[in-house]
Amino acid sequence: MTIAIVDYRAGNLTSVKKALDRVSSGAVVTSDPDVVARAEKVVLPGVGHFAATSALSAAGLREAIRQSIQRGLPFLGICLGMQWMIESSQEAPNASGLGLWPGECERFPASVKSPHVGWNQLTIRNGTSRLLKGIAPESFVYFTHSYRVPLLAVTVAECEYGGRFSAAVEQGNVFGVQFHPEKSGAVGLKLLENFCGM
Amino acid sequence: MLTKRIIACLDVDAGRVVKGVQFLDLRDAGDPARLAAAHSAAGADEIVLLDISATHEGRATLVDTVRRTARELFIPFTVGGGIRTLDDASAIFDAGADKVSINSAAIATPELITQIAQRFGSQAAIVAIDAKRANGAFKVFVHGGRKPTGRDAVEWAKDAEQRGAGEILLTSMDRDGTGIGFDCELTRAVGDAVRIPVIASGGAGGAQHFVEVFGETGHADAALAASIFHFGLSSFSDLKLQLRSAGIAVRWPC
Repeated sequence: MTIAIVDYRAGNLTSVKKALDRVSSGAVVTSDPDVVARAEKVVLPGVGHFAATSALSAAGLREAIRQSIQRGLPFLGICLGMQWMIESSQEAPNASGLGLWPGECERFPASVKSPHVGWNQLTIRNGTSRLLKGIAPESFVYFTHSYRVPLLAVTVAECEYGGRFSAAVEQGNVFGVQFHPEKSGAVGLKLLENFCGM
Repeated sequence: MLTKRIIACLDVDAGRVVKGVQFLDLRDAGDPARLAAAHSAAGADEIVLLDISATHEGRATLVDTVRRTARELFIPFTVGGGIRTLDDASAIFDAGADKVSINSAAIATPELITQIAQRFGSQAAIVAIDAKRANGAFKVFVHGGRKPTGRDAVEWAKDAEQRGAGEILLTSMDRDGTGIGFDCELTRAVGDAVRIPVIASGGAGGAQHFVEVFGETGHADAALAASIFHFGLSSFSDLKLQLRSAGIAVRWPC
């Protein structure tokens, strides 16, 4: 089984690869759209500026990811990778997301420090989530981000920091997490194990 | 609610943890990989590895040490010490670190902060500031605290934030190694001047010191300590229980 970890030079992917190797086999880091197209699962990590996601289109990766999702294969967006799943972001108004669901990533209000860095608590609002199966409803996970996805119809876990926002989204075989499962200890490994088992 | 982070620091010289470690019943407590894994299992929220090797040969082992330590670590992992260039930082990230901490090099070449932030994201760029009280202000020192820069710590922190730093690791040289508590005044002065998180360091001797630095006196977002954890003076769970009873949010169960 191949799990393609998509590399578009938005941050360091060593940690994601290491965590997936811990719970599964067959994870490869790639920037080749053909490898993504042939993979059985796709993971889109990424940290940094939303504008970095424009590299996905340029490299043909956006289309490979879109087709993989269309074929019903499991997809997981992490952090910036999750933000890219909706339409757009205030961070880079000219860059377009994949647009799986309507919505725009927004900045944190001035009342709180930004970026939001550290361990924060989930509120799991959909007990039937397959991604979060076996994870305690108020678990702590590790976040680091300056923009956030608002609450959506597909939000399965939310978090509070200067207002509530989406911590995890899920619809069919499409998943996204704002936090870093690869850095969230046992809780994060459980989530990745759930994903790899789909 | 966003919790306050407790960070365990490993000072490493030529691939070995120094400061005479007597942690738990590890067969090899001087091994950074084993110690980091033990701290993580015990409830540390984050691990920082600082390479304090004085020699070139000692530093050469750093990448290997980072790789071995990162292998079994699934919480945030920061590496600092001797990182001078973007290439140095890249090698540390490739080995499995999530963040790098730069200190003297950031003062000498402030553009390095921006370079790391642009390539790896601001969340991966920590600027470490060693500060000492002088004439009613806090002054920045480099080269392990041996060399004064004449710069003001609060101003330098603001500058570093502008350049793309994602966090400030703030060490009080006056308190480091004393065990008498963090310099809350320093921490608050810097913390209130920037929007990015500030990690307090230097002086931790007991749970009450963490309560102070996280509360209204210190305004810290995270606090770092080394010896109190290595020597088993304070376990992470005991410390977090005391913080909880003082009304401070921590990751729990840890």
